[in-house]
Amino acid sequence: MSVELGHFALVLAFALALVQSVVPLYGARKGSLRLMGVGEPAALCGLVLISIAFAALIAAYVQSDFSVANVWENSHSAKPLIYKLTGVWGNHEGSMLLWVLILAIFGGLVALFGRNLPPTLRANVLAVQGFIAAAFLLFILSTSNPFVRLVPAPIEGRDLNPILQDIGLAVHPPLLYLGYVGFSISFSFAVAALIEGRTDAAWARWVRPWTLAAWMFLTGGIAMGSYWAYYELGWGGFWFWDPVENASFLPWLTGTALLHSAIVMERRSALKIWTVLLAILTFSMSLLGTFLVRSGVLTSVHAFATDPTRGVFILTILILFIGGSLALFAWRASALAPGGLFHPISREGALVLNNLFLTTAAATVLVGTLYPLVLESITGEKISVGAPFFNLTFGPLMVPLLAVVPFGPLLAWKRGDLAGVAQRLFAAFGGALFIVLLVYFFIDGASALAALGTGLAFWLIFGALTDLALKSGVGNVGPGVALRRFAGLPRSVFGTALAHAGLGITLLGIVATTTMQSEHILTVKPGETVEIAGYSLRYEGLQPFTGPNYTENRGRFVLTERGRALGDVVSSKRFYSVRQMPTTEAGIRTIGLSQLYVSLGDEIEDGGIVVHIWWKPLVTLIWLGALAMMAGGAVSLLDRRLRIGAPSRRKRAAQAQPEPAE
Amino acid sequence: MRASFSSESILTPDPSLQEGGKSALRQFCRHIVLALAACFLLAQPAFAVQPDEMLDDPALERRARELSAELRCMVCQNQSIDDSDAELAHDLRVLVRERLKEGDSNEEVLDYVVARYGEFVLLKPRLNMRNALLWGTPVLLLIIGSALAFSTMRMRRGREIAPLTPEEEARLRKLLEEQESGS
Repeated sequence: MSVELGHFALVLAFALALVQSVVPLYGARKGSLRLMGVGEPAALCGLVLISIAFAALIAAYVQSDFSVANVWENSHSAKPLIYKLTGVWGNHEGSMLLWVLILAIFGGLVALFGRNLPPTLRANVLAVQGFIAAAFLLFILSTSNPFVRLVPAPIEGRDLNPILQDIGLAVHPPLLYLGYVGFSISFSFAVAALIEGRTDAAWARWVRPWTLAAWMFLTGGIAMGSYWAYYELGWGGFWFWDPVENASFLPWLTGTALLHSAIVMERRSALKIWTVLLAILTFSMSLLGTFLVRSGVLTSVHAFATDPTRGVFILTILILFIGGSLALFAWRASALAPGGLFHPISREGALVLNNLFLTTAAATVLVGTLYPLVLESITGEKISVGAPFFNLTFGPLMVPLLAVVPFGPLLAWKRGDLAGVAQRLFAAFGGALFIVLLVYFFIDGASALAALGTGLAFWLIFGALTDLALKSGVGNVGPGVALRRFAGLPRSVFGTALAHAGLGITLLGIVATTTMQSEHILTVKPGETVEIAGYSLRYEGLQPFTGPNYTENRGRFVLTERGRALGDVVSSKRFYSVRQMPTTEAGIRTIGLSQLYVSLGDEIEDGGIVVHIWWKPLVTLIWLGALAMMAGGAVSLLDRRLRIGAPSRRKRAAQAQPEPAE
Repeated sequence: MRASFSSESILTPDPSLQEGGKSALRQFCRHIVLALAACFLLAQPAFAVQPDEMLDDPALERRARELSAELRCMVCQNQSIDDSDAELAHDLRVLVRERLKEGDSNEEVLDYVVARYGEFVLLKPRLNMRNALLWGTPVLLLIIGSALAFSTMRMRRGREIAPLTPEEEARLRKLLEEQESGS
């Protein structure tokens, strides 16, 4: 019964989304406040209806209602409850439902918190949101309905893909979708601005926090996905340049560019047209990512949906939205008045440079991902574009970008003093150079590339610290005053420093792991010991173990460091009986910031087993850096300037604390 | 659909197979089926390089690993033969090592593999006319982008505002100081 209720709610939500997309738009055109006012209740009701549908599907999974085809295909009564819950979006239909739920949440938030927006802008934004919701609800209802019943109902389900039976599934897709779909707000605002032919600083002040929030979630989602692949796939890699990964990375790159250009627009009302275009492109990348993953057009490790009718449907949505918004842009962009002037050497100029490199990098990844598909469909020829290509093209694009990051926040708006900034960064540069020499001469086996990469990472971290030190006046004023100023710095300054330092931390992890890891592939018998990076691992043999829906062989290793016992490392080979699928569960031991990674291979005669052991120095920094970037975003969101509804509270705030001269 | 996609890709670029007898073809197909099974069962104990494949000479083995990372496991989805545990990847890894033992340079090994399996096997496509757009995109965009940015800025500089006069600057400094002491 509740399943039919969910289905019905979804149909109703579709009808409502149609109303939401047409009526406020028409109202804004006619200047009718009553028609425009339809947007908010429609968005909120849509949220309630889609929540009901989602809850109905969750209930079906929890009850293991195998009369629902979707539950039967992806669940099993013996599956642990947490995976019954996360399994809701561990499949095509459910994940699309999660997609529209998150879209509805964002639409609801605009309806709730958008009271202080100009009514026509609010109406247009909600209408665009309505269009997106209607398109995807129609997609779900017509090609990917999760509520289809089976008659007669099977006794037992087919279980969830074992790779997905992991806590990663609880976190990764929701975070990723919060990012993907969060950019729909920036998109809706951009399209609304084009419809109205007007953008101003208030527009940018609204768009920035939403972009920042979406960016934060996407950063977390990508990092979580990377860590999940790292420990689950058993190859010890953290980034594979897989098309599906690229699909999530593309909106991150353009979204990062958008984040920065929106700053220019808000503070200096320059780069208006470019910011609007970036907002459109970023959500287009999100849509493209959805298309690539959901259509199964890329046959990649992640793609678990293959059905051409869906592909054609999403492609139509893609063309409609991307083509439509770009056509609107071409038609209306000239109506947006150009904004403030600036010298190439200025904060604005630095942010333009940031945008130039980030969009070029995004285009490189985009072309690399799509080139084989396009080439094959045009000429029939097949080529592969993989990690070696991306490392060779993306890497060199990032180096100059990262090298100029510390300059950005120190340059003045409008017209900066490059020599002066270089002088102020002298200490940071000296520190980074010191690190380069230290790594090159004192770490065994460190190549020049490793040393330079480490230096670049520290340059970013030291640069961020320099920014904070200079803005609190270290060197110019006494320590007491500096400390007081430091505490009084705007949150966004901390956010910037934290995010830029986080970038350096991630880079440090990547450089250390890729250039200085050690690796052993060998056969061990019980009682034998393997030496790696100063640690000893003694293999103790395999022990069978039975889990709730799997059986496994656990290989136990006793870890010691110069005779000191550090406990066991357990690595196992699992077998999921329902799907007849084996998986590896790598044995990972974190020591400091580094990790020991043990993966089991085939058993051979007389009790031996093939093992793959890595020592991955500083590998955890890759993801800790991403957490720092997220924290930077969160801190920045708490900035008074960005807080939702800030304009109304601004006056009082300004009296309490003067804006720092920037 | 995926299966046919992959098997076509392997069968077409390889002329040696058409010359070889039917049994070779059949055996090859069986390989593919096995390898496909390995790939699509996805989470096969993910294990690529086996100890018995490895060369005794560490320098040669390192080169073999580097080359393996550049060669695609053709029955897999975006996996290099270094990462894949498919049968075909195993065969290719052994082949690469055999060529290296024969004294081939890295380039020669790649040429040898491409001659047998076609360019599809390279994860880093060669720089030629067909792939010009692929390799050209970053360079081209960077040039066009910088040109656009600069020309926009120069166009605007025509109406740039005059810098502050010394008197104005002095007044500005005074105002800023007042604000500072007031806080």
